[in-house]
Amino acid sequence: MVVRDIIGFCILIALVLVMPHAVGNDYYIGVLIFAAFNCLACIGLSLLMGYAGQISLGHGAFIAIGAYASGLLTTKLGWSPWTAMAAGAFAAMGIAFIVGIPTLRLKGHYLAMATLGFASIIHIVAVAATNLTGGPAGVLNIPRLSLFGYRLDSDIRFYYFAWAAVVIGLYLAFNLIHSRVGRGLRAIHGSEDAAGAAGINTAAYKVQVFVVSAAYASVSGSLYAYYVNYIDPGPFDVMHSVLLVTMVAVGGLHHIWGAVVGALLLSLLPEMLSFTAGYLQVIGIQYRPDYDILVYGGILLVIMLFLPEGLFAGMIAGGKSVWNLVKRVIRGKQVVRE
Amino acid sequence: MEAGLTTDMLQFLFMGIQRGAIYAMVAMGFNMIYNATGIINFAQGEFVVLGGLMMVSMTMALNLSLVFAFLLSVVFVTVVGILMERLTINPVRRPTVLRLIIITIAVSILLKGAAMCFWGKGSHYMRHFTDAPPLEIMGAYILPQTLWIIGMLALVVIGYVAFFNYTMTGKCMRACAINRDAARLAGINDRRMVMLSFALSAAIGAIAGIIITPIIQMDYARGALLGLKGFGAAVMGGLGNSMGAVVAGLLLGIIEAGSGGYISSHYMDAIALVIMLGVLFVRPGGLFGSSEMVRLKEF
Repeated sequence: MVVRDIIGFCILIALVLVMPHAVGNDYYIGVLIFAAFNCLACIGLSLLMGYAGQISLGHGAFIAIGAYASGLLTTKLGWSPWTAMAAGAFAAMGIAFIVGIPTLRLKGHYLAMATLGFASIIHIVAVAATNLTGGPAGVLNIPRLSLFGYRLDSDIRFYYFAWAAVVIGLYLAFNLIHSRVGRGLRAIHGSEDAAGAAGINTAAYKVQVFVVSAAYASVSGSLYAYYVNYIDPGPFDVMHSVLLVTMVAVGGLHHIWGAVVGALLLSLLPEMLSFTAGYLQVIGIQYRPDYDILVYGGILLVIMLFLPEGLFAGMIAGGKSVWNLVKRVIRGKQVVRE
Repeated sequence: MEAGLTTDMLQFLFMGIQRGAIYAMVAMGFNMIYNATGIINFAQGEFVVLGGLMMVSMTMALNLSLVFAFLLSVVFVTVVGILMERLTINPVRRPTVLRLIIITIAVSILLKGAAMCFWGKGSHYMRHFTDAPPLEIMGAYILPQTLWIIGMLALVVIGYVAFFNYTMTGKCMRACAINRDAARLAGINDRRMVMLSFALSAAIGAIAGIIITPIIQMDYARGALLGLKGFGAAVMGGLGNSMGAVVAGLLLGIIEAGSGGYISSHYMDAIALVIMLGVLFVRPGGLFGSSEMVRLKEF
């Protein structure tokens, strides 16, 4: 790992430890837990989009597979939550493998539409297969997780657990990036033909990273099921897949930290907006939560038009220019002293 | 028994044509923008929704006459299409495919959000164009609105052929689609052609939305699925080939209605998408495309 990434990890872990004390309210802890689920899914998606350069508008489907596998195996067959989660991840990886082989032969727009179609099919099945999934009524009474004998039954316990999962997921992702596979993926992103000519099995690499990213999404879905204890098809619609891509794109496609930044920012956005709504009311603007989606689309559009590298790259560039300014100011003073 | 079977089949055929005509028009919209720019517009379904909802407001709330409301709605959505191109597509220089996809997704989120804020989350009822009772043909019923839809599709197709074959602007657009650099050398303003393609594509989407609304009761969230199935039709017909798209759209609608009747109505929506994936995997050039064309395109 690079020094910069180690610094990033330290900042992330410090934030995770400080945040509960800073917000101190169960509702906001819950919001942060949902942010962790999104983070985990986005890290996987970022491996696929940012490093392999392949778009997927279908990752909501893998989240659904993880959530439903966990929900159904624990409630109907009485499996332990951990085995159910593993089974869900393997199911998602298997499906990603089967779907990925023909899908990843497509490129660009075709790939986007094919994955969107796949997500839509999974959502329709989740609604229509009432015998299996409970249909729109969903699955009730999903058990909570236990870790080393501790039941994760309070929000704060689940909070630490969920973010620990994010940190571990992030660590594994960095390992992958700095491996032979990671270098191969970046070569594919640069030019698929050139990568192929250099002896990289491009088709196999793309499917592999698709499978890995599906596993991330599936685990995130399982954690969601264990936290909420109830699932229905609603949150796993096509729009959710689109939102995940949005998070990765807003944060920045070319770095995994971008996915973390984007997922955090956009997950917390509704809360920030309802917070500012109070101030807007003072100056006479009635803000309704319905407008959230407009702000969301607006942010995505503005970032794509003016900062296509994403917020994270923008933050780095901004930080560098501020640092340079500071250095210049300090040097300026030195000159004066001399 | 025999008669019952044909009646059923006829009924599904009518339903299929009614759905398929909409998919065909959405597919034509996709093709127009694709031909001019190589972009797949993920906001195509939103044009359909906006057209339908605008028509609802014009006829049901403002009580305007059908023709006037129709024209106003189409003009409104056309302006939205032009604004989309001017504000979000035109300013981007040397874009990557990924960036263009996300930009059109952002526009679709914005349009969908605006539709939700303005028209609410419920679905909207609209009068059928004519008040006549359904016609009976060999025991099957066909709604007068379905006849309107078929007529409108025919008009759009005739207008499309006439525009691209007999007007100067249409010929210029075709030239741009075939070779943009050569067209520019011949003095064609290619950027204006791109804007025009968004305008026409939005207009066709609006027409599709207007004529289907009395039957499906439009709501703000329908855009994604309509867009996806329309794209399925466009792919089946061979992307960029609008006459292929019309045939493929009708075919897709008929298969969908038939499978809804004979297999399961719950999985009806999924079947069209499975067909789309099948075509993408097996024949990405479309059912009517030649293999030579396939090699020229980037899949």
